[in-house]
Amino acid sequence: MKTLKNIYENIGLPRLIIGLFFIFLVVTSIVLGFSPAALFSDVLRRWLMYGTLVLAMVPGIQSGIGLNFGISLGISAGLLGSVFAMEISFLRNWNEVLGAGAPWLTLLLALLFGIIMAAILGTLYGMLLNRVKGSEMTVSTYVGFSVIAFMNIVWLSLAFKNGELSWPLQGRGLRNTASLSGSFGGLLSNPDVVQSTQPAWLHWLAFKIGDFTVPLGLILVFALLCFIIWLFFRSKLGIAMSAAGENQLFTTTTGINVDGKRIQGTAISTVLGAVGIILYAQTYGFLQLYNAPLMMGFASVASILIGGASVRRAKISHVLIGTLLFQGILVTALPVVNEVIEIGTLPEVLRIIISNGIILYALSKTKGGNQ
Amino acid sequence: MSQKTNVLQKAGSFLFDNKVMIAFAAICVAAIVLSGSPMTFIVDGVFTRITRNTFTVLALIIPVLAGLGLNFGIVIGAVAAQIAVFCVVYWGFGGFSGMLLSVLIATPLAVLFGYLVGKLFNRMKGAEMIAGLILGYFADGLYQLLFLVIIGGIIPVNNPKLIISGGVGVKNTIDLTGNLKYAIDSVRMVDIVTVLFYVVLAITLIKVVLHLLKKYQLNKGDFILFGVVGLLFGISYIPVIERFLSTDRLGLLDALTAVLIVLAVVQIIKIVKSIWIDKQPAKNLVKPILALLGYGLIFGLTFIPEIENMLLFVKLPVLPFLLIAGLCWFNHKILSTRLGQNMRTVGQSQSVAMASGINVDQTRVIAMIISTVLASWGQLIFLQNIGTFSTYGAHTQIAQFAIAALLVGGASVQKATNKQAIIGVILFHTLFIVAPQAGKQLFDNAQIGEYFRVFVSYGVIALSLAMHAWKQFKKEVQPPAEGIDLGNSALPPVVEKQQILNK
Repeated sequence: MKTLKNIYENIGLPRLIIGLFFIFLVVTSIVLGFSPAALFSDVLRRWLMYGTLVLAMVPGIQSGIGLNFGISLGISAGLLGSVFAMEISFLRNWNEVLGAGAPWLTLLLALLFGIIMAAILGTLYGMLLNRVKGSEMTVSTYVGFSVIAFMNIVWLSLAFKNGELSWPLQGRGLRNTASLSGSFGGLLSNPDVVQSTQPAWLHWLAFKIGDFTVPLGLILVFALLCFIIWLFFRSKLGIAMSAAGENQLFTTTTGINVDGKRIQGTAISTVLGAVGIILYAQTYGFLQLYNAPLMMGFASVASILIGGASVRRAKISHVLIGTLLFQGILVTALPVVNEVIEIGTLPEVLRIIISNGIILYALSKTKGGNQ
Repeated sequence: MSQKTNVLQKAGSFLFDNKVMIAFAAICVAAIVLSGSPMTFIVDGVFTRITRNTFTVLALIIPVLAGLGLNFGIVIGAVAAQIAVFCVVYWGFGGFSGMLLSVLIATPLAVLFGYLVGKLFNRMKGAEMIAGLILGYFADGLYQLLFLVIIGGIIPVNNPKLIISGGVGVKNTIDLTGNLKYAIDSVRMVDIVTVLFYVVLAITLIKVVLHLLKKYQLNKGDFILFGVVGLLFGISYIPVIERFLSTDRLGLLDALTAVLIVLAVVQIIKIVKSIWIDKQPAKNLVKPILALLGYGLIFGLTFIPEIENMLLFVKLPVLPFLLIAGLCWFNHKILSTRLGQNMRTVGQSQSVAMASGINVDQTRVIAMIISTVLASWGQLIFLQNIGTFSTYGAHTQIAQFAIAALLVGGASVQKATNKQAIIGVILFHTLFIVAPQAGKQLFDNAQIGEYFRVFVSYGVIALSLAMHAWKQFKKEVQPPAEGIDLGNSALPPVVEKQQILNK
């Protein structure tokens, strides 16, 4: 009995409800006759697609800035890196010069640009957050919104030659969604793309077992990122950062530079955001510009909270569990709902209710009884 | 010499205190010049938007007073209003009686919602703003669930005009033409005067009865009020005036003239009073006389053809403006009540308030209820003026825009006044009107202007929240020389320690 109670307390009520709901959806969809293989490949794909963006929450929470709603900053850096890389690839005509290597180089260049910009922006952003201690979340939400609004102006003013990016017949402005099919879209995760563009010795990157798709390349990249972050928080630097996040007064007395650690945490979080959006776009096959990333921060925050993180503590396992549950529900809800009642927007409504409900729940847990 | 520096200092501190407003005014002027739009168009648009939005912006002031910060939760009030509007349209009511019914439905809903939000905020002290923001999204989700799934899906509703053709879910837009459109705007002035007269008559009669029962002492003010309203009611029977009052719109020129006359009368009464009754020295007359000259100058300006044309073009709906004025009066008056004083104390320091025996949690809940109810009424005014009810969009941006407008007017997380709200609405919506055209002229792309105004509305909130948090943080790190600053801090260190201990 006691162990049962322990397990319950470890899991927590919201996670239990959401977990049971996910299992219920999976069972229902299989009973309704959907192919489990197709369903699970979809869940796996979405899990990996959002994974890195959720992983970006960990350094933020651990370093003490709380839920980083300002991940939009990293997302914007990643998107900007991607469009620059694609434009350069187009101008240099890499597709013809390099052949199968072109998407790889574009991807690497996008990551490079994205990471550099995110590191700079993240550092500045961390300095801002050090000045608003105690209200980081409110400020970061609106900084995130402002950045997306500002980037809207940037997207609209960029004059690019690449036809995949810019509107046809207009000198200026980028498309709302730019297809990555001629670039790095699906390079790590889509068997069709890998098979048609890459040499035979790279075909292991993504393959099919029956109906089940294994995006092995993406799995490896995500696992590597998780491992790096896991390792980082076991290193001296990472432990100091966690300490800074946990107890500022104590940490200051031991001679650790709390503000510096917070800046580092924010910068790492922002960089992961940039990497995350590039991996997201890679999996999705499209770059979504303008207002598409506006609410991505909320989805990431909700995911890690569903996974069991709090405003002050987060682990890699929280990332994995949370993303699986949150994305899993969204993927499986759609076919089930369509079968029962024909309301296509219900999963979207569910997403809004679940994600914001869980954030509210977490906030009420952390700041309750502040007298 | 010292006076001169004093003036300079005053001017300096005025500039500093109003830096947000001044910067924004400069942007507005630049955008107006760039856009090249005719002033008639701009002024007309701004007044339309003042009618629509000011009430909601004013609904934000009381939570600021009570220390709850900017109330992002007003979305929930708007949701209450929208549920009411849907019911009224579905039942087929319309006109002013339909609007009254909407108010009757929306108000209890908003009271309930406000109560719940207040309770929730009491569990998240110091994080009200982020909680309110998330709560707004959460409420939006529940609202969508209600309107997309439950209406039609669970509650059978049969009305092809309102329901999506499959029978489940409410359509994207509901046309209010013919039922609630202009239900408040189109109330005739003569009706307002009549109702006002009977209300004042009833109040005065009650007071007289109470006076006779020796429970209330009649005073001069009661008679003056009754006299003025009675006079107004009396002259509304003069044919010329009756014809003028039987319209529902008031020309801006007439409105301006009326306001100037009233102000001038007030100043003349002041002058008369200070010369013949108080017998004060002539020095005190400088201000009223200057004011009179100013009014005269403004009145003179209206004779310039361009300005006159503009003023003749713009027509104001009367009742919404009276409601806005009423709310300003309410926001002002509540300060002198016991409740208002309690709110202020709670806003300044919760610990001090608690020490002096104020029920902090209850006061905060009341502030939230008032704000939510006011926001729901504001949304009703907005919807009846705009005439089409966008079912899933009308409420989503309301908190965002209302808060941005208030901040543009120079308000902060801790201080907001009626004046700031009104100036903010004017400036913010001026930019809204001219930005697309300015963007088109400047960048050859109207979309850029549109994105710019969205950026400004987010940016001004981000900036003001950051400045507030910064100030707060500095105060915490270096306590001021005077010492006590117990309340207000977003998350005082003591609490942080407590939380760690709780773990």
